[in-house]
Amino acid sequence: MSAQFYVSPEQLMKDRADFARKGIARGRAVIVASCVEGIALVAENPSGSLHKIGEIYDRIGFAAVGKYNEFESLRQAGVRYADTRGYSYSRQDVTARGLASVYAQSLGAVFTAEAKPFEVELAVAEVGATPGADKLFRLNYDGSISEQSGVIIMGGDAEALAAAWAQTAVAGSGELRLAAVIRAAATVLPGVVAAPAASSVLEVAVLHRASSSRRTFRRLSTADIDSQLAPGEGTQT
Amino acid sequence: MPELPAGPSFLEYLNRERPDLLPAASVPAAAPGHGPGQVPHATTIVALAYADGVVMAGDRRATIGNVIASRHIEKVYETDHFSVVGIAGAAGLAIDIARLFTVELEHYEKIEGTLLSLEGKANRLASMIRSNLSMAMQGMSVVPLFAGYDPHGGQGRIFSFDVTGGRYEEIEHHCIGSGSVFARGALKKLWRPGLDRVAAVSVAVEALYDAADDDSATGGPDAVRRLWPVVYAVDADGATRIGEQELSETALALIARRTAQAREA
Repeated sequence: MSAQFYVSPEQLMKDRADFARKGIARGRAVIVASCVEGIALVAENPSGSLHKIGEIYDRIGFAAVGKYNEFESLRQAGVRYADTRGYSYSRQDVTARGLASVYAQSLGAVFTAEAKPFEVELAVAEVGATPGADKLFRLNYDGSISEQSGVIIMGGDAEALAAAWAQTAVAGSGELRLAAVIRAAATVLPGVVAAPAASSVLEVAVLHRASSSRRTFRRLSTADIDSQLAPGEGTQT
Repeated sequence: MPELPAGPSFLEYLNRERPDLLPAASVPAAAPGHGPGQVPHATTIVALAYADGVVMAGDRRATIGNVIASRHIEKVYETDHFSVVGIAGAAGLAIDIARLFTVELEHYEKIEGTLLSLEGKANRLASMIRSNLSMAMQGMSVVPLFAGYDPHGGQGRIFSFDVTGGRYEEIEHHCIGSGSVFARGALKKLWRPGLDRVAAVSVAVEALYDAADDDSATGGPDAVRRLWPVVYAVDADGATRIGEQELSETALALIARRTAQAREA
């Protein structure tokens, strides 16, 4: 008969957290930043069809790093949650805060109860009338949630990226333009260089603040990203 | 075999997880023999192809028996970027079905990351109408008219449906509702190949005018309240609602022309 080994809750949680962090650190980073035009979601992603960034609802976007199958199932669950809520109540009753807290609960439940925690970090962003009214939520593998203002940087070596982001010229200015965000993200993300050739490894989407339709999410094509990265255009910061 | 995750259909998701939210579930079964007389009815919808796409227009009147229930009802909805749906039948159910269909298309688009084909959208709507068949048998029938721009063929297409979910593609133009017989006569005379958008909107408004002239359940352009039909045009750039300004000019010009002719219909 094998003896049951005792593992303290602290050790168990620490092991799980280490495991999840290692998985996430292998992933490529995502930057979500408020700008004048709306909220830019920028990811380093060489795949043109497996997205790290997605539309959840009218004014709500989603970005994730980590294991694709895990964050993809969370994204789909988020779309189902938002569509069901919007259909049964009203479209304006779907908020990023509501969605983020549902995500926090399910991530927390998986972290403590399942055999293996999710190796993901999520960002839920809701575009507001002004950059100050934007809501940016960051969710960790263990279900911890934080609201951040201005920018969220997630993924492998996020701290170093955040430091690099802070050093880029645009970071401090109040009137941050979309082109400046994309360019800054391209210089900060490690696998990208700020050149038109970088467009193929960048995935960019925008939640447009002044959208004429109720759905504000728009994915930028490679050509769109190219023109944003091209020097001399859209440089007004 | 491991269980696959849920598919891209919002309707199937609701059927499985939240059947209480489905339109049919919210309406109590009517007593046998009772017709649709006690709920507002929505009436004439016309759709016609033009050079770049399709135009769909609906009047603004809902009736309960001989009483006008609403002068402001909207019966044509933009269901996604490239399609519109017009509804006739029991208004409450019809509006819910249009709303559910809109979420269904958007849900598919978000889950799959790509638009459903126009045929796929029409088939989806057909199955939603079929699932309402038991309600239709109690007099709560809902019949939509669906139109959209097909990016593959580069043209506008129109689909009509029956209460059993039969789906029929229409050529040139089609209309549904109690005033449709009169609108159809007008469309046959006024429609011609290669109309531009402005002319197509004018033809749609005139067909509705003729329907309203002879059908008491269809409302004509209301110059006193400044109420005009709801008109959408769908082309390669997507669905756009025709503005108040253009509609008031079109409708007032039509009324002026008919007044000047001073003919008995």
